[in-house]
Amino acid sequence: MPQIASTMKSFRTRVAKTSPKAPTGITGFDEICGGGLPRGSTTLLVGGPGSGKTIFALQFAMHGARYCKEPAIFVAFEETSKRVKSNAESFGWKIKELGPSKLFFLDAQPMSDRVHSGTFDLSGMLAALEAQINKMGARRIVFDALDILLALLPDEAAKRREVYRLHDWLREHELTGLITSKASQEETNCIVQESFSFMQFMVDCAVMLNHTVVQGVSQRSLRVQKYRGTSFDENQSPFVIGSRGIEVAVARTSSRVQISVTNERVSSGVERLDTMLGGGYYRGASVLITGFPGTAKTTLSGAFAAAACRRRERTIFVSFDSDGAEVVRNLASVSIGLNRYIKNGCLRMVSGRTISGSAETFLVRIKALATEHKARCIVIDPVSTISSSGNELTAYGVAERLIDWSKTMGTTLVCTSLLDEVSSHLLASSPLRISKMADTWIHLNYLVQAGERNRGMSIIKSRGTAHSNQVRELILNDAGVTVTDTYTAEGEVLMGTLRWEKESAERGAKDMAEVAGRVKRVRLDAEEAELEVRLKALQVELEAKQVEKALLVSTAESREGVLLQGRSRMRELRGADTAISRQK
Amino acid sequence: MNRGAPYRFRLYVAGDAQNSAQAIANLNALCREHLPDRHSIEIVDVFRKPEYALAESIFMTPTLVKLGPLPVRTIVGTLSQTQPVLHALGLGTLSV
Repeated sequence: MPQIASTMKSFRTRVAKTSPKAPTGITGFDEICGGGLPRGSTTLLVGGPGSGKTIFALQFAMHGARYCKEPAIFVAFEETSKRVKSNAESFGWKIKELGPSKLFFLDAQPMSDRVHSGTFDLSGMLAALEAQINKMGARRIVFDALDILLALLPDEAAKRREVYRLHDWLREHELTGLITSKASQEETNCIVQESFSFMQFMVDCAVMLNHTVVQGVSQRSLRVQKYRGTSFDENQSPFVIGSRGIEVAVARTSSRVQISVTNERVSSGVERLDTMLGGGYYRGASVLITGFPGTAKTTLSGAFAAAACRRRERTIFVSFDSDGAEVVRNLASVSIGLNRYIKNGCLRMVSGRTISGSAETFLVRIKALATEHKARCIVIDPVSTISSSGNELTAYGVAERLIDWSKTMGTTLVCTSLLDEVSSHLLASSPLRISKMADTWIHLNYLVQAGERNRGMSIIKSRGTAHSNQVRELILNDAGVTVTDTYTAEGEVLMGTLRWEKESAERGAKDMAEVAGRVKRVRLDAEEAELEVRLKALQVELEAKQVEKALLVSTAESREGVLLQGRSRMRELRGADTAISRQK
Repeated sequence: MNRGAPYRFRLYVAGDAQNSAQAIANLNALCREHLPDRHSIEIVDVFRKPEYALAESIFMTPTLVKLGPLPVRTIVGTLSQTQPVLHALGLGTLSV
């Protein structure tokens, strides 16, 4: 048997050729294993019924043929190639366009009427394939459902021999091979069934597909069990079969950490909230708005969406609670007009209720929609929906990846999250624990006071920005959304009519003081005027007195003169001596 | 033994592999015993003529195809278990 020799030979060629990876084109999977499946080597893909093996395999073949200049052969042991092709139509891969020179399908379903007698081997198939490979220069080959073929072989030894034959043949031709095989659910979790256990040792790469149902919600996951000579993500990664094939969810890997950080701010849509945040949210930040039902979470996120559209940034608004049109109508009542932005295509409303399935599906849909819309801002209202029953375990990971993804894309993400009565006691354990990951966390709550329920808003955290520590009141009316100062009185925050009362009382007091001041001034003016008048009168009187005095002096002098004159005249008349003696 | 239509066989083999050689030997023995002078055997080596294997969907070797008389039957293996082979060829009622 030339097997050992050929093994040695192919081993040498493999070592000599430090082959890179053959990309599968499966979103996320290539990232898990650092680029794709081992080129020129064999990969085993094991999974239960309906776990997506054929789709995985076909996507690998199609991607090679279409994008990597690696023509591929698809050997179908179970389903006919016609069915495989038609099943793949919905993914938009346009397999028929490729033609058999790029992607060749070989129908190798065992004929039902064949008869077995004695042993046999797969040389015929390999010879046929070899001819086809030479004809089209194939670099990739898929053996879909090899277990069907192996089941025909009479014993374990024969199965093992044929698998080795196949493996050696693949190496010899330096083909990147993918062998799929069925396994029941339990087996994918631990060890594959007996006849395949040795295959796992033989191949260079083994991938397990899982499909479980948790509380009625289908959860798919994938795990790279082994991958020789390379580091890979060893954890189970959830995946979905989306509209473009398989999409694997990957947690943040080292290659994706570098996120361009920006200092750019984007408006929250509420002017005073921007001020409270020191200028708005950061571009690319993830914002969480938590609160009880009816605390205006949707309104606040709607204001953000409207502000984004005003800046002509393409935005997606995913609403789970109500229909998109309803949201638009409701927001219009608080002067947040979204209709024109929907009309000009800037805003896209997505009714989240149309997204069903696992949390993973949700993420994939959001990503696809956002990419399609080229969204720079995303609103998800509320994000807590994804942790609905059946998704409790995966939702956290999904939320984490959602935030990671939006950060990588530089997309500003605003999520609302419903807090129920129980979790309100433990604020930090809000659903999804998303609050830990969010950059900015705004909490809305009711303050019940004096028979009123008013909305209070506080910023619990906002990374990297100075933010107000005060609880403010959020007011919604026809004019829009406003944030007002609250009054604190005797250590209590006043809101609603209490605040209004306080405000008007203060206004009254101010008016009173103003009037009193004015009155006092008038009175002072009057007093001043009076004093001035009195001053004038006195001055006039003084002058009069002075005049009188001067007049008096002059009169006295003149009278004395006249008297003297008169006396001398009299002396003259009477004789001078008399007059002189009297004068003595 | 009544003489019917001649049997036309095509045997796909893989070079000089052991099981292929066994199949040739077994087929020859079988024909000698059960179909003397009314059979023709065409041996196709899939290594030399892989396009035959591709066109006829011969993936396992050795494979015996009975082309005539109709219906066409396919038997996979070395033909070492004679009884099922004879049965498949419509010769099963014959006592050995």
